[in-house]
Amino acid sequence: MKLQKNTHLALCSVLEFAARPGTQLSAAEIAEKYRMSPHHLAKVLRTLGRAGLVRAARGAGGGYRFAGNTRRVTLMDVIELFEDISAPKSGVRRSGRRTKSEAGATAWEVEDAIGVVLLEIDEIAKATFRSITLETLLKLVARRRG
Amino acid sequence: MISLKKSAAARRTPGATRIRGVQPGDLEQVVEIDAGITGLRKAAYWGEILRRYGGARQQRFFLVADRGGRIEGYVVGDVRDWEFGSPPCGWVFGVGVRPDARLSGIATQLLDAICDGFRRLGVSTVRTLLARDNPLVLSFFRSQGMMAAPFIPLEKNLD
Repeated sequence: MKLQKNTHLALCSVLEFAARPGTQLSAAEIAEKYRMSPHHLAKVLRTLGRAGLVRAARGAGGGYRFAGNTRRVTLMDVIELFEDISAPKSGVRRSGRRTKSEAGATAWEVEDAIGVVLLEIDEIAKATFRSITLETLLKLVARRRG
Repeated sequence: MISLKKSAAARRTPGATRIRGVQPGDLEQVVEIDAGITGLRKAAYWGEILRRYGGARQQRFFLVADRGGRIEGYVVGDVRDWEFGSPPCGWVFGVGVRPDARLSGIATQLLDAICDGFRRLGVSTVRTLLARDNPLVLSFFRSQGMMAAPFIPLEKNLD
């Protein structure tokens, strides 16, 4: 599972908000920290807002604040907003015919076997994202900071 | 996998929950908790686990969370030496908490207690193995700092 740029940015943003619940952060602050375009980030934040993970704050300065539950929201909850994870994606283009051949494996059979392996990796990645909550990731950040 | 290098947090129990070794009289409640979680009543299995892990065993732990005589949860594990070439490490192969007692830190206390036991035996790592479609328990272990171990579980059908 390869995450798109928007997904990566969404994860970073949500973690920024989750680390300081109740604190209003501007899109500009986050964009600057992660060296992203504020315009790009604004679109990501709108999606997070529609999902109820952040709430736009009105008034002077504007900005957003966290609106989820760090112990319940998993990385997959965020990823699903930006990636199509419903269909299995092997990443392998299957060509040729499925018909069995006496002369060895067909292109389809070889690509199918490679697809099975890639699918296995994909399933492990999804299970990992489903098992890690925002709180757990914030703890990991803290541990790695020492 | 989790490193056990740091000393365990003190096991302070909210309410009057006490983490202690299992006793034969606890078994029915353990079976009940497990059946409530898995949908399978495995009295014979738990009887065997009690026989092998109950009491004061050197490398084996079967602990329960007791709140006023009611068993709220259990944890089972042992120290395994050189399994698949790995230096001795702690293994947790069973943990369960009553649904109505969750979110009160009982599983954390149970895990802390068994990790303390592992540490006393000189072990510095604890491992477990879970189905990847079990996000509840996976999330719990993740929240305790456990990360992917340097092992990959494999299987095949024996048809």
